[in-house]
Amino acid sequence: MNAPVPTPSRADPTVEAVPGEALTVRIRRDDGFQTFTVARRPAQTILDVVTEIQRAQDPTLAYRFACRVGMCGSCAMTVNGRPRWTCRTRVAAVAEDDGLTLEPLRNLPVIKDLAVDMEPFFAKWTAAHGAFEPGDAPPADFARVAPDSPARRAVDAGIECINCGVCYAACDVVTWNPDYLGPAALNRAWTLVNDVRDRGQEARLEAVSGDAGCQSCHTHMSCTEHCPKALAPTFAIAGLKRATARSALKRLGARHFRRSA
Amino acid sequence: MSAGTQTAGPRRGAFRAARPRAGFAAALLHRLSGIALALFLPMHFIALGTALQGADRLESFLGLTHNGFVRTAEWGLVSALALHMVLGLRVLAVEWFVARERTALVVSACVAAGLAVGLLFLLGGA
Repeated sequence: MNAPVPTPSRADPTVEAVPGEALTVRIRRDDGFQTFTVARRPAQTILDVVTEIQRAQDPTLAYRFACRVGMCGSCAMTVNGRPRWTCRTRVAAVAEDDGLTLEPLRNLPVIKDLAVDMEPFFAKWTAAHGAFEPGDAPPADFARVAPDSPARRAVDAGIECINCGVCYAACDVVTWNPDYLGPAALNRAWTLVNDVRDRGQEARLEAVSGDAGCQSCHTHMSCTEHCPKALAPTFAIAGLKRATARSALKRLGARHFRRSA
Repeated sequence: MSAGTQTAGPRRGAFRAARPRAGFAAALLHRLSGIALALFLPMHFIALGTALQGADRLESFLGLTHNGFVRTAEWGLVSALALHMVLGLRVLAVEWFVARERTALVVSACVAAGLAVGLLFLLGGA
């Protein structure tokens, strides 16, 4: 949680503070909210604020980050009630009355302060059969996939997910049903359902059906509205609903055909 | 994050309370209007069933409904039916036609449409 980055100090700040302007930051910690005051700086991000608090005011504050440029997805937190990447969120864009309220991501167990345990999130990724399944006998030749085919386009629409957990924290259905697989895992499953090389489709469609699967989505659109990558898990989940319905009808038809034959 | 790390339970509901969202409101209204219609349907069939026992029986039953409370409930049911339909059409549009909507605007329009149908029902002299 403490990457070796240059430590800003109050005496020699990396970016000059704006004189006379201060930011009041309420941070939810293990024993309730704690308030800090931080100097305003030009182009300051939420992650800059949290880092300054930890380096200059309270070294016991726990949070998580890695890349600081919106690639790794590890710095997501709840900022003024919305789940966001803190490294790509400017203070100027979200501060309300010169104040910020920072909380850990919703729907995930809190390890300490602003750091959550992502284990349940990745466990659901696995439960949704989120890994490519080449089958027992992978084909000898390459699969030919036209870049503009509908299946390839459907994969493209969801493949850029970096597992930041923002959609998972925004989802009301996960709050109501902790077993629900969640938007990220279902989005991943949809990209694989559209992969013609994959040999695990039947098991995958079964895994994403049922009470914890795609049929539980209420189309609140929270995941799609909050996704920092502008992906649309709602549409991926809708695609899974259609695919699972088609698969069930096929199974039903095949059973009926066998019985009447 | 080692195996022995102690973790508190998931936090729930905090930011939903802070940020009521249109999609959530749409799903809630869809569900509540659906429940209202499901409760109404058996009563509706009972009322129709009285016609099987003769016109007089039906008329006497309808006579019981000529009061302010039942009229208000009828207006509510007509509005709920319209609201349920337009919110259902919204879900179908999102899920089948991959419509990336402006949720707050669309849900507001759905609610307005439901209330407009209710108003037409009132103006129609019901």
